[in-house]
Amino acid sequence: MVLIDVIVILFLAAGIIFMFTGVIGLLRLPDFYTRLHATGKCDTLGEVLIIAGLLLYHLFVYSPGAELSVKLVPVKLLFLIIFIFLANPTATHAIMKAAYKTGVKPWKKGDARM
Amino acid sequence: MNAKSGKGFGILVTFCAMFLFWILLSGIFDALHIGAGIICSAIIALISHDLLVKEKGDKMISKSFKFVIYLGWELWQIVLANFDVAYRVLHPKMPIDPLIIEFDTSLRSDFALVTLANSITLTPGTITIDIKDGKFLVHAIAKKPADALLVDKTMQKKVADVFMEW
Repeated sequence: MVLIDVIVILFLAAGIIFMFTGVIGLLRLPDFYTRLHATGKCDTLGEVLIIAGLLLYHLFVYSPGAELSVKLVPVKLLFLIIFIFLANPTATHAIMKAAYKTGVKPWKKGDARM
Repeated sequence: MNAKSGKGFGILVTFCAMFLFWILLSGIFDALHIGAGIICSAIIALISHDLLVKEKGDKMISKSFKFVIYLGWELWQIVLANFDVAYRVLHPKMPIDPLIIEFDTSLRSDFALVTLANSITLTPGTITIDIKDGKFLVHAIAKKPADALLVDKTMQKKVADVFMEW
């Protein structure tokens, strides 16, 4: 049981670190588009790593000996991962397109911070 | 395969997928829940079978197989992308030089275009802004990731290979 705890903690920690860099990027980067680079990418991997950690924990700690409806919880978490992979880039792309169409000016190297 | 049997095949595949999804999500196996699942899956399959299955079966299997291999490569690219963003964000001087690029692809089917657009968004340093008639508008965070799309075209080649559209 100790080994699975360590692996799960590593997954959760990695997920939190990536979410954290996403937040730092959101605060530090200069304009709308570059901020979306930070949130669009780090959020995807961060969330997926956290859910993967939960999935492994459930698979090895709760699932053995449980009834079928409890055993199916990891499958639902897997569906969540797939939907995040599909929805997150699509949403990022939609926000980006909306900003571009309404004429938000992209930041160029040398400009002042917005 | 004529049009009529193609439609029946589409309905069958959609029904099986929906019913499998129902079973996995419910996890209860009494007559009421299974019956409700069959009825719901059948209605969905009849109404929207043309969304999931559009072409002949034999080509779809080899495509899905290639797609799974492509997903493995894509996952690795996502990890690289995150380290790339983390490096740029945490570096004291922030080595960014954003630019907007435009390029053409030979891809035409919706699914292939969506796959390429989402892949571009998830790989290092680039986000898709818009697609119009196979023309991509991409925001890149620096010169190097933009060159990967404009000069090397690794990703376009891989997606074209998966969907067999050159």
